[in-house]
Amino acid sequence: MLASLMLIPLVFALGVAAAPAARARVLALVGTLAAAAATVVAMTQFNWAYSGQMQHEASFNWIRSLGVTLSLGVDSVAMLLVALTALLGPICVLASTTAITERVKTYYAWLLVLQAAMTGVFIARDMVFFYVCFEFTLIPMYILISLYGSTNRKAAATKFFLYTFTGSIITLAGVVYVAYRHAMANSGAWSFELDVLANTAQSLTAREQSLILAALLLGFAVKVPLFPFHTWLPLAHTEAPTAGSVILAGVLLKLGTYGIYRIALAFVPAAVIDHATLIATLSIVGILYGGLICWVQTDVKKLVAYSSVAHLGFCILGLVALNSVGLRGSILYMINHGLSTGALFLLIGMVYERYHTRSMKELGGLAAKMPVWSSFMVFFAMASVGLPGLNGFLSEFMCLLGAFQASSAWSVTNLWGSGNAAVPGATPGELGPWYALIAGFGMVVAAMYLLLMVGKVVWGPLKEPGGHGHGHGHDAAGHSSHDAHAGGLPTDLNAREIGTLIPLAVLCLALGVYPKPLLDVLEAPVQKVVANVQQARESGYSGGSSRTANAAPATNEIASPTLIPASEVAR
Amino acid sequence: MIERLTFLWPEAALFVATCIVMVLGLSPRLAVRKLSAAVTVTGIIAAGILAWATTPVQTQIAPLAGQLLLPNLALYAKVVIAIVALPLVLLLAGTVDREEEASIETGRGTFNPLRSNRAEFYSFVLFSLTGLMLCASADDLIWLFLALELTSLPTYIMVTISGSAGRGEHKSREAGVKYFFLGALGAAVFLYGFALLYGATGTTNLNKMYEVFAHGGFNGLALAGMMLALLGLCFKIAAVPMHFYTADVYQGAASGVSAFLAFVPKTAGFIAILLLVSTIGDVNASTRAWLPESIRLMLWVIAALTMTVGNVLAVLQSNVKRVLAYSSIAHSGYMLVGVIAGPGDGPLAHNGIAAVLFYLLVYGTMNVGVFAVLACLEKGKPGGEIEHVETFEDLRGLYAKHPWLTAVMVICGLGLLGFPPLLGFFGKVPLFTSLAAAGEYPLLIVLALNSAIAAYYYLRLVAVPFLESPDSRAASLHVTPFRTRGLAGVVSAVAVLGLTLVADSILQQANRAANYRGAMPQMAEPAGDGKSSIRDLLRSTSAAPTTENGQNNDAAKPAERVSVR
Repeated sequence: MLASLMLIPLVFALGVAAAPAARARVLALVGTLAAAAATVVAMTQFNWAYSGQMQHEASFNWIRSLGVTLSLGVDSVAMLLVALTALLGPICVLASTTAITERVKTYYAWLLVLQAAMTGVFIARDMVFFYVCFEFTLIPMYILISLYGSTNRKAAATKFFLYTFTGSIITLAGVVYVAYRHAMANSGAWSFELDVLANTAQSLTAREQSLILAALLLGFAVKVPLFPFHTWLPLAHTEAPTAGSVILAGVLLKLGTYGIYRIALAFVPAAVIDHATLIATLSIVGILYGGLICWVQTDVKKLVAYSSVAHLGFCILGLVALNSVGLRGSILYMINHGLSTGALFLLIGMVYERYHTRSMKELGGLAAKMPVWSSFMVFFAMASVGLPGLNGFLSEFMCLLGAFQASSAWSVTNLWGSGNAAVPGATPGELGPWYALIAGFGMVVAAMYLLLMVGKVVWGPLKEPGGHGHGHGHDAAGHSSHDAHAGGLPTDLNAREIGTLIPLAVLCLALGVYPKPLLDVLEAPVQKVVANVQQARESGYSGGSSRTANAAPATNEIASPTLIPASEVAR
Repeated sequence: MIERLTFLWPEAALFVATCIVMVLGLSPRLAVRKLSAAVTVTGIIAAGILAWATTPVQTQIAPLAGQLLLPNLALYAKVVIAIVALPLVLLLAGTVDREEEASIETGRGTFNPLRSNRAEFYSFVLFSLTGLMLCASADDLIWLFLALELTSLPTYIMVTISGSAGRGEHKSREAGVKYFFLGALGAAVFLYGFALLYGATGTTNLNKMYEVFAHGGFNGLALAGMMLALLGLCFKIAAVPMHFYTADVYQGAASGVSAFLAFVPKTAGFIAILLLVSTIGDVNASTRAWLPESIRLMLWVIAALTMTVGNVLAVLQSNVKRVLAYSSIAHSGYMLVGVIAGPGDGPLAHNGIAAVLFYLLVYGTMNVGVFAVLACLEKGKPGGEIEHVETFEDLRGLYAKHPWLTAVMVICGLGLLGFPPLLGFFGKVPLFTSLAAAGEYPLLIVLALNSAIAAYYYLRLVAVPFLESPDSRAASLHVTPFRTRGLAGVVSAVAVLGLTLVADSILQQANRAANYRGAMPQMAEPAGDGKSSIRDLLRSTSAAPTTENGQNNDAAKPAERVSVR
């Protein structure tokens, strides 16, 4: 079942590559829709009552002697992220209709491969398979940016590739170490199954676990991106084509947070507890720093790109709160951010196709010219800001609440001077109200820069870039020539563009108004993680005594062959 | 003595083919001389089949003969050599007498028997391969030295005569002279080392040497001898500090010959290094360090430097052949890492030697593909002087005109980078695992970081032909009339994709070959199973009769194959 979610896009990618260029887009659309349909089937067959269990499991041998298998399986977290990927697939194809006119076959084929790779990351239960898919997202994204991006695209694509590749190869080194320790404890039988490795990793010493966490984070934090590893992101976002940005913001960044959730938290919970304050601090710096940078941006796309840095900071903060509220908020945030920021990138792409600029200095007051576009823009900006009633609010609030409650008391320097005031609903944790308070400023900053942007671009006096405005003014044929220039697009959005936005808008609204079903199905898997973390918190590093017993080296059992008779035979 | 001959059937086949080719080269008729390529290919196929059918599988219980430290190395190495040599020979088509052969192929020129040395060229190829296979069966320092020289001497001449007329001719002669003198220096260094080893142990036999060393005979003289020998062999594998010739020689030689240099002498060097260190290795001393500390340290420094120097300098190049030369240096560094990790404590994933042997096949395959793309392309007007394609600028926008060549470049380039899920990735994973098992974590990090540095130039190698738009220079770019070169590229690209599916069984074979002193790995397959999987591999790469032959052979001599368990 799950394999088909990967195979359908791959098969269609081959089809696109083989078919004539004129059919490429239609084939890609059919492929992504088929994948979406398969995802719907997988979701209906998924037993949501047992959402914490791995379901749809399948396993195939790959490289037996190294213990590498193709193991697949999803719980509700993975299932929802797969659904997000499948939803964005057809939207990206539709959004590229007029933007991509050259080398269309290459474009759509790699778009489909990218979708397969991203799906693979979420459904992998084997570390090597996970890594293969995680890495393989780089090639399609590299090609999408460097072929179809804007002016500075090659530098952006190369930076993106090198950053992520470097980070994740260190991750591989860390994983190999864990796998080796597992093999040592199991008389040389190697395995890369996530569950198996998680058990092994938890039994290591404090130093080993910290180093493993560092190795894992190097790969995942670059992908998220966590401050200070974020510098590739604005560049890549700005230069990428619209669909590339949508996928980048919508799904690719989530590979990092998903990796932290699925692998770092499962492998080395004790080390995460130890370093939670550090990670939280970095994420708060990311929230505030990203927000402040957004404030001074004039390029709309760059602004939204930096806002991703800030938003993903909330996501990480929720993860390291290590309690149910924070974790669920964080996972919900992954989905919500994919919807609302993806939509913002779509909207910016639509304007860019019409005016060939993204500068706030040249654009303004588009509400007069493009009322439909403007309404969507305001809607998704509000969702992104975290307006109650739309999706962003609840998840952001839950991340902050999680951080707030992740301590039994206010920290040592008490706000009100004396004693330790109890925190309502507190859970054991390392963060605390201070973290939530400071991160909370991020929400204020977010409101400032997004409203500022909306205010300039949507309202205010109408400003259009020189060429276009004048063209309309004194040339009777100006309108039609402008249209031809922009690929036959009308002034305001056409039905196709509205069609790409509607599903996202509906979901934003639905998740904002009634997120309970989602939060319910996330409860079970998150509880597992919380229990695991709690156990680590109580027992600390369970390494040491139990490990030495298991790790008796297998060497001594190998009989050394005698050579003397052998060389006699040789004579 | 006579049973030693049972190891040498493949070499005998290659030698016979060499003689036939040399005789063919005397013929005044073009049609006869053209047969030399076919005889070469037949000889290699025959050698491969013979290697896999006649080399006895040795076991701890009943060791037969030859060198006993890595008793099954010869079987694996010879089959791999034959498999990689096939596309290499395809790639060498038309390398010498380039203009004359091209004009004959296009019908503009006529054949002049006095000016053609095509047959001689192929006989050098076969001589070199014979030497390489002899290396794999060596059990004696003298044998090893002669085999190494037999591998290298023909390559000096191959480099020298490979250039096309005009500027290319001077370049290749310069490269040939450089290669020869530095090669002679390298040979002198390791011969000196061999002499010291003999002085220290009183024997040239590797098995006896092991016994001397095992009883505390590894004294200062032997240490010096071993260090010099390894240092000299660094020339063969193009490792720091003997790497200086690499870029110049690869650049000056024709692309096909460069590919040959990147595989054949390198493989010979690694086999020799493995044989040498196996005399001092000790798996029982402790679970970690299998080599004496001084040797381990030396190899450690060489490996780290080789990787880093290779990758960093490759980043700075603008000439693709120089990039590939430095990448070849870097890959030697990766493989040295496996030598340091050693045979491990049993499981396949801990066996660094198996990782090296597997990586030799992996690197050979990918390497052929990248060089094949270069060998397929030439620039210049059809009538005028033909120049090789060398710089990144030449490859710009290749995709527009030659999508298949670009596909080969993309697949093999990403394979060299070690990008999952291509073959190069599965070559690196056992290196990683064996390093972790040997406790060499700093080296593991160096290896990982180097893989990241390498991303920069491999990405360029892939992106420039595939993603950039062609400029005016692309117009003068055309494909050689030698179709087999393209075939070599496609074969290797398919192998880079396809061998990942059978990586497991190849690794099992490599593991058996890396079976240090016949100690049976814990996870070993029964010998019968293992045999059949490499046989499947051969079945897919060579013609149908080979398998029949092999099976008959297997059935005829069951007594020789003592099963492992």
